[in-house]
Amino acid sequence: MSIIIALAGNPNCGKTTLFNEITGARQHVGNWPGVTVERKDGVYKKDKNVTILDLPGTYSLSPYSAEEIIARDCIVKERPDAVINIVDGTSIERNLYLTLQVIETRIPTVVAMNMMDEVESRGDKIDCGKLAKILGVPVVPIVARSGKGLDELMKAAVSVANAKQKPNRLEVFDKNLTDAIHGVADILGDAEDEENQWKAIKLVENDEIIGKTVPADKKAAVDALVQAANKNAGGDAEAQIADYRYQYISKLVKECVRKSLKGSRETTSDKLDKILTNRILALPIFAVIMYILFACTFSENFLFIPGLPSPGQWLAGVVETVWGIFQEAVVGLAEGIGASEWAVGLVSSCLDGIGAVAGFLPLVLVLFLLMSFLEDSGYMARVAFVMDRIFRHFGLSGRSFIPMLMGFGCSVPALMASRTLESDKDRKITMMITPFMSCGAKLPIYLMFATTLFVDSNQTLVVFSIYMLGIVVAIIGALLLNKFAFAAETSNFIMELPQYRIPTLRSVLIHAWEKVKGFAIKAGTVIFASTVLIWFLSSFNLSGMCDMEESFLASFGNAIKWIFAPLGWADWRASVGVVTGWIAKENIVATFGQLFGGVSDEAVEAIMAGEEALPAISEVFTKVSAYSYMAFNLLCMPCFAAVGAIKREMGSWKWTLRAIAFQMCTAYVVALIINLVGNLIF
Amino acid sequence: MTLREMKPGQQGKVTSIGSAGTMKRRIMDMGVTPGVEIKVIKVAPLGDPIEVNVRGYELSLRKDEAAQIQVQQ
Repeated sequence: MSIIIALAGNPNCGKTTLFNEITGARQHVGNWPGVTVERKDGVYKKDKNVTILDLPGTYSLSPYSAEEIIARDCIVKERPDAVINIVDGTSIERNLYLTLQVIETRIPTVVAMNMMDEVESRGDKIDCGKLAKILGVPVVPIVARSGKGLDELMKAAVSVANAKQKPNRLEVFDKNLTDAIHGVADILGDAEDEENQWKAIKLVENDEIIGKTVPADKKAAVDALVQAANKNAGGDAEAQIADYRYQYISKLVKECVRKSLKGSRETTSDKLDKILTNRILALPIFAVIMYILFACTFSENFLFIPGLPSPGQWLAGVVETVWGIFQEAVVGLAEGIGASEWAVGLVSSCLDGIGAVAGFLPLVLVLFLLMSFLEDSGYMARVAFVMDRIFRHFGLSGRSFIPMLMGFGCSVPALMASRTLESDKDRKITMMITPFMSCGAKLPIYLMFATTLFVDSNQTLVVFSIYMLGIVVAIIGALLLNKFAFAAETSNFIMELPQYRIPTLRSVLIHAWEKVKGFAIKAGTVIFASTVLIWFLSSFNLSGMCDMEESFLASFGNAIKWIFAPLGWADWRASVGVVTGWIAKENIVATFGQLFGGVSDEAVEAIMAGEEALPAISEVFTKVSAYSYMAFNLLCMPCFAAVGAIKREMGSWKWTLRAIAFQMCTAYVVALIINLVGNLIF
Repeated sequence: MTLREMKPGQQGKVTSIGSAGTMKRRIMDMGVTPGVEIKVIKVAPLGDPIEVNVRGYELSLRKDEAAQIQVQQ
């Protein structure tokens, strides 16, 4: 018989480590519908009939964040056969708060008392037997990192699941609340039914979501009871319930946990934290760590040695070279067997599409090896702690710093890094504005215009100002999104700063691998399909294969060029450039090279590097319209690879399209302002 | 006094948490309930947020949030 076991626990309690240990590599990673919260499930490696579902890490089952709503919906609505509640033994009081709420759902539950090695090394003792007796559920001591106690844990979980062993109701609340809860459950139907009991607790807690599920004919009676309970609880039953839960836990801990006197001594983690978030040292250390993160992934001059690529760039180069050789061989073979021109073109463009995906994998891999190290070690929480002061003014979290910084290298891994943000709202806003950070592929466009049209001006300043423009627009965009699109959601900074721990190699590798796999599969299809589509549009017209000048894309460019007239560049070639730029932004240079007088491949390389000009573009562009064009391409929809990454992280087409619409509108408005204001001044 | 006014190293007992609503609930969910011992560990390098120790773990919160928490030394 197959059973489903859900893992519930606080963030940083070792839940992911436990999940990796019991499922091995057989995992499936996706998103919960409509939110940017990761959904993971896997199969127990010692029994294929047991499915493990990893719930988002939460401190509570109150309905205030996407994570909490998902975790409780999954437990209450999908009713797994059992819940394993992982408790970090080193901060047992706060962790047991969730345990009490899991037991309230009356689903068969097992408590996994994790980090027992750390508890012991501190000299503390947790009496799991006594705890189990009082809570009425099995409590199994484990060390998830080393795998100790996991067999016993799984045996206990399978056995409570098979026996459908519901936990008993605990006497947590006072008479007023208990009576109110019982009364409300009675109105809802059978007062002994565990679902009614759970709903009744939530209703007394003033839970809005559950409040809406009460049938209209029962609403008045329920409201009356809840109001009376609130009055007796000093006006705030919700707060009193939280208070009683913690009072119950305090008693429990007093009976079952013996703290050693050593406990008040400084741990290694405390000492480390004194340095890492020290008033003077914190910012320099932070800057160095961020530099390492960026340089290892993107730098062309790694460790300040000119020409030495970083591990990420080096690997990307290897993949590109190998793929290039393979592609040439396949195309050569196709030509050799006399395949028609369009067939060769199709094969070549398909290989381009796959190559476009493959080229990003090394960057994703390297960045996520480092990111998972930062995340698992506990430093990521300190990034937020250090940067919060600045980012809160834009309505963002301090953790948005990392995706935005990485955006200067490449949007693809940067967008995927948004996963480390705490709230769904922050993740969405950060994903929408991260592409405004000017990535490496956009630089050749600026260089082309700077060397051609801004010869007599300060070219460095022109390019630099575009980068600054991206940052400014990102900040304004974040403020506007916060004010209008996500107005209902408040942000706070009530966050745990976990103990520093050395991450296990296994968990870092699994995490990085998941990211690479997720990008290759979920984003890969989007990238592949769009690359082939643009190839088709740019090499065909109604009579068959043709040059780009006569293709569907050229007709399309002609048809839509009027849209861009207010921006100062109503030219079909400029419109076509925008479209080919979506395959990869640097393609705009190659497209212009071809459409403005057919320059050679070598010349295109030189233009990209800013060593040569492309004089023909001055027929179309003035300084002002060139600047407007650069701004438009900086801000409009990013390349398909980045769109694929947005789709993968957002987990929904609706939000992906919203992000694209937001970026297109922003690009249009900003370019319009530049053109209007620019023409007034110059 | 409020938690906001406490200096790093100072310790006290929470007496009440102001303004009902999401934030109050969040603070209480994290273990800051009336009667609990709370100690200010440090202030972030840029002056905000602050780090406190409560129920045996480290919690960070903004000064505006700390201003809602009444503490008795």
